[in-house]
Amino acid sequence: MSNSMIGRAAAATPPGAARQIRGLSDRAIAWIFVAPTIFLLLAVNIFPLIWTIRLSFTNFRANRPNAEVSWVGLSNYQRILTDPDIWRTMQATAHFLVWTLVFQVLIGFTLAWLINRKFKGNDLWTTIIVLPMMLSPAVVGNFWTFLYQPQIGLFNYVVAFFTGIDPTSFTMIGDVALAPWAIVIVDTWMWTPFVMLICLAGLRSIPDAIYEAAECDRASSWRQFWTITIPMTLPFLMLAVLFRGIENFKMFDLVVQLTGGGPGNTTTLTSIDLKREAFEKWRTGYSSAYAIILFVTVFGLASIYVKALNKVKER
Amino acid sequence: MHCTRTLSVAAVALTAATAAARADDLTLCWAAWDPANALVELSKDFEAQSGNKMSFEFVPWPNFADRMLNELNSGGKLCDLMIGDSQWIGLGAEAGHYIKLNDFFEANGITMDDFLPATVKGYAEWPKGTPNYWALPAYADVVGWTYRKDWFDRPELQAEFQETYGRPLEAPTTLDELMDVAKFFQGREIDGKTVYGAAIYTERGSEGITMGVTNVLYNYGFDYGTPENPYQLEGVVNSPEAAKGLEFYKELYDCCTPPGSSDWYMSEDIDAYKSGQVALQMNFAFIWPGVEADPNVGGGKSGYFANPEGPDGHFAQLGGQGISVVSYTDSKDAALDYIKWFAQPEIQQRWWDMGGASAMRAVVENPDFATSQPYAQTFLDSMAIVKDFWAEPAYASLLLSMQDRVHSYVVAGQGTAQEALDALVADWTEIFQDEGKM
Repeated sequence: MSNSMIGRAAAATPPGAARQIRGLSDRAIAWIFVAPTIFLLLAVNIFPLIWTIRLSFTNFRANRPNAEVSWVGLSNYQRILTDPDIWRTMQATAHFLVWTLVFQVLIGFTLAWLINRKFKGNDLWTTIIVLPMMLSPAVVGNFWTFLYQPQIGLFNYVVAFFTGIDPTSFTMIGDVALAPWAIVIVDTWMWTPFVMLICLAGLRSIPDAIYEAAECDRASSWRQFWTITIPMTLPFLMLAVLFRGIENFKMFDLVVQLTGGGPGNTTTLTSIDLKREAFEKWRTGYSSAYAIILFVTVFGLASIYVKALNKVKER
Repeated sequence: MHCTRTLSVAAVALTAATAAARADDLTLCWAAWDPANALVELSKDFEAQSGNKMSFEFVPWPNFADRMLNELNSGGKLCDLMIGDSQWIGLGAEAGHYIKLNDFFEANGITMDDFLPATVKGYAEWPKGTPNYWALPAYADVVGWTYRKDWFDRPELQAEFQETYGRPLEAPTTLDELMDVAKFFQGREIDGKTVYGAAIYTERGSEGITMGVTNVLYNYGFDYGTPENPYQLEGVVNSPEAAKGLEFYKELYDCCTPPGSSDWYMSEDIDAYKSGQVALQMNFAFIWPGVEADPNVGGGKSGYFANPEGPDGHFAQLGGQGISVVSYTDSKDAALDYIKWFAQPEIQQRWWDMGGASAMRAVVENPDFATSQPYAQTFLDSMAIVKDFWAEPAYASLLLSMQDRVHSYVVAGQGTAQEALDALVADWTEIFQDEGKM
């Protein structure tokens, strides 16, 4: 049947074309299949990257297409790396990144560990817990501004209820000391379920037989946790950290909605600053250099991290 | 007879066909706010007269500049007509986003002498002070103040204020008086509710705190350059007097605003005022018709006053916009027809009657104007003392620097007022050097 179909197809192919296709090597045919994808990648990823690198050495402004463009060498890079304001945004980003990862991993893993234990209503709780990550970051940012309102906000009310302090005596998004934590809390609330789901997948992938064998060897629960559960879920945890780390390094919408980068520039993360430079001030050359520096930073850190992840997986 | 009728029918058909052929779909871009709704209603008259169809693209204020400047910078054809912010005029003119209107004005008998001089300078001219027009003044606006007249009228509060400050409780005329009134109301119980002194602009993301703080800075001697050197910043932007003005704004924020008002602009101020949280509200005059119509604070419960005088001057921050024809439009003639229609005195009068704010002298200098609304006299007083932010092509960079420096001092409490203004001078100097203007 299939032979006859092939035969019919071969017979239907014009002799000239058939000869041509038959004449192509496997390598050539492979190139024909791969070429559209490579072309797309070059057009959408590689060319813009090269173009951005080129622009980063100029004073080009996208809103002045007719203005003269000058070659400024490394001056954009020099200005960025010596600008204390940019280092402040880097610090704000590092604070946000580190603390969100710490909280999300700790809480996410704990929740996954609890959910993994069979109990009544397990599915219902899982659904409730993952709800926040299904919401739009802009919506979350918006309604948390209300929750943080000193006069009517639920957050201040709850804090006041447990501590006895006046709810109007502190403002989470208007205080320099509290605002960085305000954005950490909201991101943790929203994205801990994501970490939990990945950890849950890791926990459920551990065969019961390993725990049974450990019990036969009279290993304590604590010992089982440290020698079976943690090592076997570590690759999953590291994957969750990688995903959340990349996401939070480029965090924009949630924080813009919550604080607008304020008070002052306390919560101005690099992505917010970059957007202002590129699309509000329209310093395209300067912001290209800024973007390249961030790209190299993320790419470098991610590469080191992925190597570490692969080593953990190989163990 | 038959021939005449045939010719008449043919003439009518030809006219209709010509009108149909000329009919265009015009899109007018503006901010999403109450006056925009009034303009939609007003524009129905233009549609009926011209046969053109009007569409509207309205964007909320916090995203307005971002969205519309992207549209202009990308040469987009979405907007045929743009009611752009006053500060965009330099960019609109120099980057070729707007069509120059001088010849059109001359050909159609439109003269800028018919409009309030401050609005012509603020909304239409570039370079400033030269007769080069890129817009028709469309919406006159200025920052002013609203106050709870019903609270001010209470005998017990009047007595207490008189005893404390030695003068009657009334609309303040100086910034020091404003501070006293704000302090007087801060934390006070009125009708069983805790109320606060004033709702002021503190917004960080777009232009809010700059539009607020300038109302104090101008009156403490702050300026944008000098008449001799428009880019003279040192000693003008960061003078010791200007630093005192910035300290005043911070004190007002620290002492007399509602908790949590660290990122407030127009809508938050309106909400605080209408919900009875504050005695005073700083806001653009466009909100006044809405205040007057509000069941809680309208109908005589509110009063209006111009931005109070300071030790070194009496100014108020200009708001408002001009209407321009976007150079990328395919419907240039129809867009110009709209401007010609809009410039008619009777249309401008209807614009004011419907809740718009005309900048035409025939409207605002009409003897009945000052008594036409409870806020009309304050509007006139305020328009007489306006001063505007930079309208340079690099205005966005200038604005973002000011937002950053001022918010860092006033709200975040970082550094001193003098340091904030010194840093602002450094930022602005760098921007003007990049622009080749210094």
